[in-house]
Amino acid sequence: MTVDSNNDLEKQIAEWRAYMRRRRELHQTDAEELEDHLRGRIADLTEAGLQADEAFLIAVKRMGSLDELSREFAREHSERLWKQLVLTGDDGGAPSAAKRRELPIMIACAAGAALAIKAPGLFGVDMNDDDSGFYLRNMGLFALAPLAAYFAWLRRVRPAVVGVLVALFALGAVAVNAYPMGIDTQTIVLSTIHLPIALWLVVGVAYTGGDWRSDRRRMDFIRFTGEWFIYFVLIALGGGVLTAFTVGTFSAIGLNAETFVGNWLVPCGAVAAVVVAAWLVEAKQSVVENMAPVLTRVFTPLFTVTLLVLLGAIAWTSNGIDVQRDVLIIFDLLLVVVLGLLLYAISARDPAAPPGVFDKLQLALVVSALVIDVLVLAAITGRITEFGFTANKTAALGENLVLLANLAWSAWLFLGFVRGRLPFGRMEHWQTRYLPVYAAWAWIVVLVFPPLFDFA
Amino acid sequence: MHITKDLVAASATPLVLGILAEGESYGYAILKQVNELSGGHLEWTDGLLYPLLHRLERLGHVESTWHSPVEGRRRKYYRITDQGLKELAEQRRQWAAVVDTLRGVWNAGTSLRPIPAPAWGVTG
Repeated sequence: MTVDSNNDLEKQIAEWRAYMRRRRELHQTDAEELEDHLRGRIADLTEAGLQADEAFLIAVKRMGSLDELSREFAREHSERLWKQLVLTGDDGGAPSAAKRRELPIMIACAAGAALAIKAPGLFGVDMNDDDSGFYLRNMGLFALAPLAAYFAWLRRVRPAVVGVLVALFALGAVAVNAYPMGIDTQTIVLSTIHLPIALWLVVGVAYTGGDWRSDRRRMDFIRFTGEWFIYFVLIALGGGVLTAFTVGTFSAIGLNAETFVGNWLVPCGAVAAVVVAAWLVEAKQSVVENMAPVLTRVFTPLFTVTLLVLLGAIAWTSNGIDVQRDVLIIFDLLLVVVLGLLLYAISARDPAAPPGVFDKLQLALVVSALVIDVLVLAAITGRITEFGFTANKTAALGENLVLLANLAWSAWLFLGFVRGRLPFGRMEHWQTRYLPVYAAWAWIVVLVFPPLFDFA
Repeated sequence: MHITKDLVAASATPLVLGILAEGESYGYAILKQVNELSGGHLEWTDGLLYPLLHRLERLGHVESTWHSPVEGRRRKYYRITDQGLKELAEQRRQWAAVVDTLRGVWNAGTSLRPIPAPAWGVTG
């Protein structure tokens, strides 16, 4: 065999190998084994007097069709058709340096989170005493500061961005701790709810690696948020089972594990789970289908039907909406759900695809939610003008308006898109541009509301 | 002579186990040996040997190791296990039974008479 034909053969084999590697059923080691076989066959055929390229063709032919081959491999290794989240390395190949770095950083941040939540205990701030208010107020800080640190570390963000992150977290810490709010006031409850929202968007800055102006990065953060939430809930369910078994088994041998569970397992586990869930989302990003869009597909039709029936019932019975104390909160949450359904449908949509049935369904969902919300607002405005503003009512009303504005414009853009007048990208752009509005509102509630309502 | 797919598939496991019982070997060598032993009558699609080997490995009948020579490419060798030897013995018994039965049929020749169909249900 001449050097030239040898080179040609190597090239052909390399092409064949690349072709094999495209099949998910065939792992690196399988391809290597098959290649060894191929080379054995070629060597025998050339010895028998064939040219290298002829030998290659015959050897490939005798190997069998790739379809048949991968079908047989799939039958034997059916697990390969289920994408597996492999924590260390991928089918024997060495993981990239970045991937190797992820795990220790995650463990460090999760451990840091678990230690941080126990640290105030050293200074006599006890979890189950009167100090529980301290933990409640600072919950967002304890949970999200390690997460922001994780992303800042992972993405190696610029020192200037780190400075911004630290400043914002410090601002949040000062606001919830320095304001003289009593433990059972409305303002402290509002701060406790809104600080995590504000800080979550700060985490977004770290997540984007400081590139928070980019629409694409913001959309990534929205995707991340949905997946993170699902993973966190799954981990929390697992944690619940662990807790139940811990308490149950220890009480069976006459030991009371409840103090340990309440003071250590649950708080440390919860803050660590925040980081672990984030790491899982990142690790499985390219391995598992995103779950939030799948849920969106399932629930969008159901919510649409429910809202349309509700509207029909309001029209049919001409029952006004009974404005109780909590009614605004329920409708706020409804808007949040509708917005979530919208966002996660957008996040998974191919922007170039033409409008389809699902888009029309989504438009119906948004419009019906808007109509219902307008009815609620009309009902509640009367009540507020009658009884005046409290912190709770103002916050709920403000949230409602923030969401209403988003959905109203979304509906308009959606209508344009369904009628083929606007590109889908406009919708995406609108949603990602709107993120700072949520941040601004959350910070207003945390920073401005307590003094505005006399810390009541 | 062409041997049908079903027969090839049925005989594959005992053939591979039998060859490995003689000593450690690798895919291409096993295939060549099958070819020689059958005088070229047993036509296997080369690639399909490997899913079979992997199945036998998963079942614990064979075990594999990668040998890396100082020069050249590494190669995966298969070795039969004790469990594989037991399986081979069992397969041999089964095949012997099948072969004996067939031989009985071939040799009986004309002495086998068709059994007349019983006359049921025609009295109506």
